[in-house]
Amino acid sequence: MECVFGMVGKGFALVVADTSAVNSILVHKSNEDKIMVLDSHKLMGASGEAGDRAQFTEYVQKNVSLYQFRNGIPLTTKAAANFMRGELATALRKNPYMVNIVLAGYDKETGPSLYFIDYIATLHKVDKAAFGYGSYFSLAMMDRHYHPDMTVDEAIALADQCIEEIRSRLVVAPQNFLIKIVDENGAREHSWRRTTKD
Amino acid sequence: MLRKMYADQSIFYTIGNVEIMKLDFSGLESSAPLYGGSDDLLSDGFSDAPSFDLPVTSDFDGFQKNSIQMVKPAKGTTTLAFIFKEGVMVAADSRASMGGYISSQSVKKIIEINPYMLGTMAGGAADCQFWHRNLGIKCRLHELANKRRISVTGASKMLANILYSYRGMGLSVGTMIAGWDEKGPGLYYVDSEGGRLKGTKFSVGSGSPYAYGVLDSGYRYDMSIEEAAELARRSIYHATFRDGASGGVASVYHVGPTGWTKLSGDDVGELHYSYYPVEPAIVEQEMTEAVAA
Repeated sequence: MECVFGMVGKGFALVVADTSAVNSILVHKSNEDKIMVLDSHKLMGASGEAGDRAQFTEYVQKNVSLYQFRNGIPLTTKAAANFMRGELATALRKNPYMVNIVLAGYDKETGPSLYFIDYIATLHKVDKAAFGYGSYFSLAMMDRHYHPDMTVDEAIALADQCIEEIRSRLVVAPQNFLIKIVDENGAREHSWRRTTKD
Repeated sequence: MLRKMYADQSIFYTIGNVEIMKLDFSGLESSAPLYGGSDDLLSDGFSDAPSFDLPVTSDFDGFQKNSIQMVKPAKGTTTLAFIFKEGVMVAADSRASMGGYISSQSVKKIIEINPYMLGTMAGGAADCQFWHRNLGIKCRLHELANKRRISVTGASKMLANILYSYRGMGLSVGTMIAGWDEKGPGLYYVDSEGGRLKGTKFSVGSGSPYAYGVLDSGYRYDMSIEEAAELARRSIYHATFRDGASGGVASVYHVGPTGWTKLSGDDVGELHYSYYPVEPAIVEQEMTEAVAA
């Protein structure tokens, strides 16, 4: 079942997500990209109900680019995080979006940052975050092995360790994972960790 | 003991100490008698304002959620579609059931949206039929407004957005939108929970695990149309064999660059005997006339 996590390293942040689209016992798809590239320097890893996830991430993406068109400058990662929190908070007492978000971004002034936002509109600035069943494994793993000045290779190795733990200990482990990374050169796909082909 | 209490709009009946809320239909009551205004037994039931009991439950929201849950996961059908070298293959069974009762064996579960696009039907028959027809209208309007056919991506997104706007209101739809557009073959899975997935191989309905079992093991991208049609047919057949809510005929459609064509519609019973012919049994012992003693 759903696993989304991320961490901040030295000069970069990364987000890892599973790529399964599940419906009760069926895996409908095993290459679904759940990490949206919000703009040139933001990654939004989302977990939650399929419909809400797709609707909310796209809504945020369009609004972030609308802001950029109107004002000529992009939102900072912090501003985008607060925008999402606000939207989730207003929706919460009407018809809540069932989405949890790990937002990673890179800003010139502040460097890399990572935000934890859940469906009840909690917002935290963190250096490691996780959602879903995979969080039980990956959180402890990251707590043990994380250090703030990790290199990309070290962080990827830790992410791999988390994926390995999820695969070996979680009954309903997803087959494939996707790693995306953001640094001063922008947000991009890093690599896939596959066990099946679609 | 029945006691009437008038409270605002609704009438509360109290039986013992259980309170049942009744909907008030008195506004609909006709002042003129329906026929003759007699007091005979026949017309008696008609002249009364209709009313129905709401279920006796302390948790009405929970009851509503549970009843939605009852129609949601098992879509009581088998449908599949996949993209391959020559286009998209779409297949479905034709059974409609209401619980354990088979209400029809000849349902068209593959809905023809336009000559280039097909939709499959799983879940509520009315919901699927209505929203596919609605989608057909919207696609035609798009075509008239833009002088080009809508893409499968666009059509599926229109449907997904409509279904998402009715989320949680009890719609039950599990559909695949398959077609051919400017970019080639397209296939999307759309459901009433608002989910929309792009893919190359899907199966929807209570028989889908069985269908996937056959489909996944036999699928190759470079199949011929005949091979693909046979794989689709066989997947539906095996699903109807194991799934009680699926049956009837296995219809197979193909969508290619020139639009869709219906390839076959075979009774799954006949398919069964063509796949597994009955071996003539060897008579072990024949009864003979007893010799009169």
